[in-house]
Amino acid sequence: MPKRVDRIVLDNSDVIIKNWLKIVSENRQNDYTSSISDELFQSTNREFVNVIFDSLASGGGLTKELESFSERLVNLGWPLSYLTDGLQTFRRVTIDFVLSQHDQIDTDFFSVILDRVDTWVDPIINKLVNEYSGSWEHTVSLQRVALQELSAPLIPVMRNITIMPLIGTIDTERAKQIMENLLTGVIKHNAEVVLIDITGVPVVDTMVAHHIIQAAEAVRLIGAKCILVGIRPEIAQTIVNLGIDLGKFPTKSSLRKGFETALELTGRTIQREKKQETIVEDIMNQLTEG
Amino acid sequence: MELKPCVNIRQEWDIVGARQLGREKAKELGFGTVDQARIATAISELARNIYLYAGIGKVYFEMVDHLGKKGLKIVAVDEGPGIRDLSQVMQDGYSTSGGLGAGLPGVKRLMDTFEINSEWGEGTEISAVKWVR
Repeated sequence: MPKRVDRIVLDNSDVIIKNWLKIVSENRQNDYTSSISDELFQSTNREFVNVIFDSLASGGGLTKELESFSERLVNLGWPLSYLTDGLQTFRRVTIDFVLSQHDQIDTDFFSVILDRVDTWVDPIINKLVNEYSGSWEHTVSLQRVALQELSAPLIPVMRNITIMPLIGTIDTERAKQIMENLLTGVIKHNAEVVLIDITGVPVVDTMVAHHIIQAAEAVRLIGAKCILVGIRPEIAQTIVNLGIDLGKFPTKSSLRKGFETALELTGRTIQREKKQETIVEDIMNQLTEG
Repeated sequence: MELKPCVNIRQEWDIVGARQLGREKAKELGFGTVDQARIATAISELARNIYLYAGIGKVYFEMVDHLGKKGLKIVAVDEGPGIRDLSQVMQDGYSTSGGLGAGLPGVKRLMDTFEINSEWGEGTEISAVKWVR
């Protein structure tokens, strides 16, 4: 019996394809593929249905063509719903067609048809969904790695002075990394002063502030000093509103001011080198005055 | 009823989503950068409370209008354990999770109006409004 269903479907593939194309094109009105040109949509439809039939002819399940077809759609960014809707439509059309070929249908035969069509369509749907979600998971994991890489860098700018620029949202995971990198970095670079720059942190709420306070306290414990820089005026106001006490360590509005303080703390100053000409001028002036 | 923009809080990164949506709405209403930062911080606190204490909840936004004054209303709802003693959580420095304990009293100071309803074992609903100046 299942073989008979197979034969009916394969022998009448033309009719089924025609019906399928009609329904899929009709469904298109109110959906997701509006940005895709008609031509491309039609040719993809034809290819899709051919791929399905190839898979059926080879006894169901996956074929090379199906895999490469789904891979291509994933890369082109077609919505997954196009494929799942297409296959559901195919299921409906095929069952309708097989039923219409018989005058009398008993329940046994009906369940044979359903069962048979399911064994064709379901593995294809599963494979496509896996393919899509696999590619999404891959993208997400790549982005997570990329994010982690720029999570909490520590830059030794000068002997005994290091800077940690923070950009973007700080979550619990990142706060942990900030703490670890700060402490290992202070030991490794033998830093006396660490500047934490929060210019690029969009929101400083109690959690972020709490983590910064803890990090600064830990840095103090290992014998270095922390300066919090890059506090924008609106962040300063929200910190005051929240009632957070950042008085335990120095804070500055900009990295430049913080750096000057860091130099002072390590016993250094910035001096402009005097040019040769000005020195000569100075001597001349002294001579004329004398 | 008008549909309200809403963010479900299920994981830590949803806090960022809520904050960004709130900031966008605040910008649309014409809040200045300082008030935008205040609103974003308040949302951050409320959403984090949901994430930390209730696990799952919602933050939604409403444009409110009172005598020609426009404002943004933030409502944070959860069905978590609720708050046993409301006056205690509104004190600065009180925290059950080892934090700074500045969250809720902070939100009250960041926003113009602040309302909290909580039933022990039933969940919590907090709504706060900031008016455009």
